[in-house]
Amino acid sequence: MAILDIKIGKIKLKNPVMAASGTFGYAREFEKLTDLSLIGAIITKTITLNPRQGNPMPRICETSAGMLNAIGLQNEGFDNFIKEKMPYLSRLGVPVIISISGNNIDEFFILAKRLDKIKSIAGIELNISCPNIKCEGLVAQDAKETYEVVKAVRKITGKTVITKLSPNVTDVVKIAGAAEDAGSDAVSLVNTFLGMAIDIDTRKPKLGNITGGLSGPCIKPIAVRMVYEVARNIDIPVIGIGGIMASDDAIEFMLAGATAVQIGTANFVDPGICVKTVRGIENYLRKHKIEKIEDIIGGMEQK
Amino acid sequence: MKDIRAKILSNKKTGHAYYKMVIDAPYIARAAKPGQFVQIKCGENSGPLLRRPFSIHKVERGIEILYEVVGIGTRILAGKRQGDFIDVLGPLGNGFSVPRAQGLKPRAIIIAGGIGAAPLVYLAEELKKKKIKTIALIGAKTKNLILCEKDFKKAGAEVYISTDDGSYGCHGFVSKLFHKILKTSESKFMTVVYVCGPHGMLRCIADICKERNFECQLSLEERMACGIGACLGCVVNTISGNKLACKDGPVFNASELTW
Repeated sequence: MAILDIKIGKIKLKNPVMAASGTFGYAREFEKLTDLSLIGAIITKTITLNPRQGNPMPRICETSAGMLNAIGLQNEGFDNFIKEKMPYLSRLGVPVIISISGNNIDEFFILAKRLDKIKSIAGIELNISCPNIKCEGLVAQDAKETYEVVKAVRKITGKTVITKLSPNVTDVVKIAGAAEDAGSDAVSLVNTFLGMAIDIDTRKPKLGNITGGLSGPCIKPIAVRMVYEVARNIDIPVIGIGGIMASDDAIEFMLAGATAVQIGTANFVDPGICVKTVRGIENYLRKHKIEKIEDIIGGMEQK
Repeated sequence: MKDIRAKILSNKKTGHAYYKMVIDAPYIARAAKPGQFVQIKCGENSGPLLRRPFSIHKVERGIEILYEVVGIGTRILAGKRQGDFIDVLGPLGNGFSVPRAQGLKPRAIIIAGGIGAAPLVYLAEELKKKKIKTIALIGAKTKNLILCEKDFKKAGAEVYISTDDGSYGCHGFVSKLFHKILKTSESKFMTVVYVCGPHGMLRCIADICKERNFECQLSLEERMACGIGACLGCVVNTISGNKLACKDGPVFNASELTW
């Protein structure tokens, strides 16, 4: 049997397939529809220090081979998360990575400090790249700010820190390098692409927030290219995200240099997709007589 | 709830602009209650990407959905044939709650606007089983868009019709018909109103119910991605904050909503 284990920072994953933040709720939503224990890791919906109402409706709209969303990080805030969601997540027996976001470095710091004390949390993903919150530019659009946020979090926690990057930048390698320099254990990319859509009959934007984040199969080739560029220029693991709908897509990201992948939008279409992707990767390894999943990472062959 | 690959038992055009599809999904049929819905993957890999929500219309041979072709998803669905397979996730959502007698005998008034009739037929059948007196008001733009008149009658409801253009039944909106019915009907009942239809109509009916102190349960329609409470795409504003149409709804008590 092929060996699917991989390691991200201190986290040992039994396979490289993770459920992406914001697309898998707090896992419980999927408990009746899939075997959660078979997923490599689960990244929860981003939490913030204080509760957030999120954006006005409509919050989602379908586009060609994709979707736009502008949820706006709606969440109950840290305290409610710990009280209501954490007990269930602690019992899952799967590495649970908590996605956090803040309005400033202090908020990231406080959240990381509090999460650091919780034993059952495997790691923290820094969502510095959500395009749907109102502020002057994203942290992930500035190398210096990225460095500072990651550095502050790194100082306070020994847990695995993953920095989630935005594709809405000129040079993603530079931002990834800043995260690496600041001590991030891994980077995950890409978050959604900033986009918009207009209803031509009503002339109104299709999203209440006007702009939103584009995800789904339409972004995959750009995401694969970005993962490829980042993976060959940094030394920490890269987690590939963007339009994975099946195991073939996951393998493509790994051949481009990803150590693991996250499945996002596809969870909305098929709640069992993470587990199916694990099975598909196993079949691929068997078919190609590859012993360890590690052997395909960055395995693209150039002519 | 389960995600089932189910066979289509039939898919036929009904009336002027609507389709009825019967899907072989015994688990969903057994588990469902009126007002709940299913998420159907209309296309295969060629798209559309997201599933589409459909309320459960009937549960006879499997589950039945009643739908209108409004976009690419429903257009593909309308082209499906008997024997084809589709992915159906359900039953989802909370569903209607059937009134319980508290002193006065309960009476249900069902109000359907256009395709809003879809979930209400299943409800009427359930109310019949519970032996609750039911009045059904069906409204649509014009005569050939009136849906489910026979179904409501078969479920034992006293049926009244209204059309915006007066081509059938009472002339005007269904809210006008509602006023009229209330004037002439007896009031010795504990009335519960169940309504599904366009947003403006829901508000109007909710206002009338508030004046009369009737409980009013509305089935809301929102765009949604996952249908299971994960994406937070289908938020409804209520007096107790954001709720989700897919998980906390689609049925809400009118008194909860902040509109």
